[in-house]
Amino acid sequence: MAKPKVPGLFKGLGVTFGTLMRTATEGSNTIQYPHEKETPPVRARGVIALHEGNCTSCMLCARSCPDWCIYIEGHKELAPPRRAGGSPRKVNKLDRFDIDYALCMYCGICVEVCPFDALFWSPEYEYSEPRIADLLHDKSKLGEWMETVPEAPELEAGADKKGKK
Amino acid sequence: MNAAVLSADLAYWAQSLLRVLGGLVAVLLPAGTIVYLFLFKMMSFMQSRLGPMEAGPYGSMQLFAEVGKWLQKEDIYPARADRFLFKIAPLIVLASTFLLVVVVPFGPDAWFTDFEAGVFYMLAVSSVSVLGILIAGWSSANKYSLLGGLRAAGQLIAYELPMVLAVVGVVIQAGTMNMQGIVVAQNAGSMFGWDGLGNPYVLTQFVGFVIFMIAVQAELTQTPFDMPIAESELVSGYMTEYSGFRFLIFFIGEFATAGVFSMIASVLFLGGWAVPFSWFGWTNLNDIDNWMNVAGPLILFTKMVVLSFIIMWVRFSFPRFREDQLQRFAWKVLIPVSLVNIMLTAIFKVAF
Amino acid sequence: MSLLGDRQQLAYIASQAADARVNVELETEGMTLNIGPQHPATHGTLRIIARLDGEQVIWAEPSAGYMHRGYEKLTEVRTYPQVTALVNRIDWLGSFANEVPFILAAEKLMGVEAPSRAQHIRTILFELSRIANVSLFLGDLGVQLGAVTPVFFAFRDREYVLNLIEAATGGRFHPNFDRIGGLKEDLPAGFIDETRNVMKKLRTFCDQIEDLLFGNEIFQSRTRGIGVIPKDVALQYGMSGANLRASGVDWDLRRDQSLPMAWNKVDWKVITHPDGDSFARCWVRLQEVRESTRIVDQLLDTIPAGPVMAKVPKIIKVPEGEAWVSTENPLGEMGYYVVSQGDMGPFRVKIRSASFNNISIVPWLLKGVYVPDIITILASLYFILGDIDR
Repeated sequence: MAKPKVPGLFKGLGVTFGTLMRTATEGSNTIQYPHEKETPPVRARGVIALHEGNCTSCMLCARSCPDWCIYIEGHKELAPPRRAGGSPRKVNKLDRFDIDYALCMYCGICVEVCPFDALFWSPEYEYSEPRIADLLHDKSKLGEWMETVPEAPELEAGADKKGKK
Repeated sequence: MNAAVLSADLAYWAQSLLRVLGGLVAVLLPAGTIVYLFLFKMMSFMQSRLGPMEAGPYGSMQLFAEVGKWLQKEDIYPARADRFLFKIAPLIVLASTFLLVVVVPFGPDAWFTDFEAGVFYMLAVSSVSVLGILIAGWSSANKYSLLGGLRAAGQLIAYELPMVLAVVGVVIQAGTMNMQGIVVAQNAGSMFGWDGLGNPYVLTQFVGFVIFMIAVQAELTQTPFDMPIAESELVSGYMTEYSGFRFLIFFIGEFATAGVFSMIASVLFLGGWAVPFSWFGWTNLNDIDNWMNVAGPLILFTKMVVLSFIIMWVRFSFPRFREDQLQRFAWKVLIPVSLVNIMLTAIFKVAF
Repeated sequence: MSLLGDRQQLAYIASQAADARVNVELETEGMTLNIGPQHPATHGTLRIIARLDGEQVIWAEPSAGYMHRGYEKLTEVRTYPQVTALVNRIDWLGSFANEVPFILAAEKLMGVEAPSRAQHIRTILFELSRIANVSLFLGDLGVQLGAVTPVFFAFRDREYVLNLIEAATGGRFHPNFDRIGGLKEDLPAGFIDETRNVMKKLRTFCDQIEDLLFGNEIFQSRTRGIGVIPKDVALQYGMSGANLRASGVDWDLRRDQSLPMAWNKVDWKVITHPDGDSFARCWVRLQEVRESTRIVDQLLDTIPAGPVMAKVPKIIKVPEGEAWVSTENPLGEMGYYVVSQGDMGPFRVKIRSASFNNISIVPWLLKGVYVPDIITILASLYFILGDIDR
C-alpha cells in the first residue's frame, strides 16, 4: 500500500506552482496598504488618548513610564465651591501633558496605572511624521485621539466579568 | 535584422545600424520580459503576494522605475580596487550576451549572421562571461567577491563541458552545426514517417535537453547553482562592491543571458522560430513565405518564455547546492550521462 | 578528556607539519574572513571571525556583544511591571515567552499563584509565541540555504499568529500581558474559534514547508551530516532546547518541571532525533511546531472558567529572597534568577538566555567545515541576536 514516492524536488515545484495558481485565482495574502486598510484589533496599542477632564496631574503615569516619555506640568487653582456658601475647592489644572512617541515603547503601563481613567489606548496608527520632533504630542493632540478610542471588547466565554471595567 | 534581404538596397551604415538596434531589442526585450513576468510577478504569486503594483497598471512600469533608480545612484569604487578592470568587468559580461544573440536565427531570413559553425561559436562565446565575472571578483579587492569569482570560475568551467556534450547529440542528429540548419532539420523532419509535428529534438534528445537545461541553470548562476552570488554566504559574491549603473549592467546581463540561452535551447531542442513545415506544405528554407519573418520571432519568443519559466520556477523553489556537491554532480553524473547519450545518438544515427 | 586528547594530537601534528615544510610552492596562506557584524547570514549583529584555507574553515570564533543592551543592569532600576515590558525585547520573535519565567520567579517570591484560567491562557500564548518564533525559523532556514520562497510562506502564516497575539494582548511583538498574580485582562470574545482556524492553517504551513524544503534532495544533501553534535558534547557545552533534543537527549523543561502552567494537563510528546546534525535540528523544530499546535488545540478545549488575576496588592513589593525559574522557551532554556530585597524592583536579576549557550559551541563545530556549511550550521543552531546579547 506504499504510495508511489514523488521525488522531493518535484514536490517542491508543485508547492510553488500550487501557490502561484492559488494567488492567481483566490487573491494574495497581502493588503495593498494605502488603498485598502486592515482594521487593527480593538485592543491594539496604537496611540494613547488623553481625556483631559479626568486628569488630576497626579504624575503616576509619568513616574511609572519605563523610559520617561511623559511630561506633565500643572498648577493648583481655586474653583467656585460646589454648594453655595462653601469654601472654594482646590483643583489641579493641567498646563502641559506631552507624550514623546519617539521614545514611547508602547508598553501600556501608564494607561494601566492611571487611577482616574484619563488615559486610553486607541488602535489608530497613522501618525508618522517627517520630523522626529513632531512626534511629541501635546495635550490638545492627545485629546483629539479620544474620538478614536473604541469600546472595550466582549470577553471570551468563562471570563470573570465582575469587577472589571 | 533581415540582413539577407536588406543587403540589396541598403547602405552599409544603415545595415549596421539596423543590426545594432535589432541586437539591442533581441537582448533587452527578453531581459525585460523575464524580469517583469517572472522575477516581479511569478515569484510574488508563488509567495502569495502581488509584487509591484503601483508603477503603471499592475506595476508594469516598475522596471523603468528601477532602471531610473540605478542610474541615479553613485558609482562607487572600493579604495583598493583595480579601477580599470573593475570598470570593464560588467561590460565583458554583457558583451558575451550580445555575442551570443548573434547566431540565434529568428526567422527564415531574420538573422544577424549565418555561421556555418554557429553551435561551436555559441559554446565558445558563452564562456566569455566567466572572464568578466572572474575579473569582477578579483578587482573588487573584497574577500567575498574573490570567493564568489573563484566559485564562478570553477562552476562555469565545470558546466561548460556537459553543455557541449549535450549539444553534440543535437549536432549529430541534425548533421549540421548551423543553427538555421538545426531549425530546418527539426521542422522538416519526421518521426517514424509522421511529420505532423516535425521532429523536435526535445523528444529524441530528451536526456540532452535535460542536461542542457541543468547546465544553462548553472551557467546563468541561478539557484540551485547560485553559489557565486549566494547572498546568504558571500553577501553578493562578485557583485558585492558594484553599485549604480555597473550593477544594473550585471543585472541586465544576468536576465538577458537567461533569455538568450532560452532562445538557444528552443532553437536546439524545440524547433526554434519555425512551425512544422508539413503544416503549410513547405519542404525547405526557400519555400517559406515571407510572413514567417514576422511570425518567427514571435514563436521563438513564446518558446523562450516557456523555457525561462522553467528556469525561474526552479530558481524560486530550490535551495542551493554546496560548491563541492555541484562539482561532483557535474563530473560524476552529468558528463557520463551525456557521453552515453552521444554514443546512443551516434549508434541510432548510423543504424537508421 | 577526549577533547583534550584531540587538541594535543593536533598540536603535535601541527609541529610536525611546521618542521616538514619543504615544498614552499604548495604552502598556502590562510585568509581571515570577517562574517559580520553586518552580514546577511547573521540575522543581527553577530560577528564570526573565521580563518579560511581556501573555502575550508581552520579556526572560527563568534564575537558577540554588538547589540548588548544591558537588561540585567536595567532591571535593577525598574519596578516589576516595568521589567516585564523590558524583557519582552530579549528574544524578540517569541516575546511572550520571555515574560513568563520572570513573572513566575516573582510570583514564587511573593508566594502567589495565578488562577488556573490565567495559567491556561499563559500556556496558550506561550505556545503561540513558540509557533510564531519557530515558523519564522523554518522560513529563514530556506533563505540561508538559498531558497527564496519559504520565508514568505513563513511570514504569511506567522502573521495569523501575530494577529491572535495582538487581539488578545494589544501588542504584536511586545505583549507585556503578564502581571504578577495573573494576566492583564481576559481573552476577547472570538479568540478561541479564531485560534482553532489558525492552528489548522499552521499545520498546512508545516506540510508545505516539509514538501518544499525538508523533502528536497538538495536540502537534505546540504544538511545531513553537517555540523554533527554528539550527545555528550552537546551536554558539555550547555546546549538546550531543540538543539539538545536533536542530539538525542530527551530533555524538555515543559515536561520535566512542575511549574504553575498547563502543559502537564494535556497530551503531547517530546520530539527527539538521534542524529545531531543540522537536518535533525531543523526537523525537530518542524515537528515541535506541529506538537505546539496540538497543545494549543487541547488547551482551548479545556480552558476553565474563572478570574484571571489573583489577589495581589496594587503596588507590588516583592519580599526579600531569591528565586530561579526557567522554562522551555522557543530557543531553549530561558531562566531568571531574581534577587529581591523587598523593594518595588528587583535588586539583581541574572538572565540565562538560550542562544548565548547554544552558540558557544560554534568554535568547536565550525572547525574544518566549508564556508557554505558555516551558514547551514548557524541557521540550524537558530539563535536570535537579542537572546545572545540581552
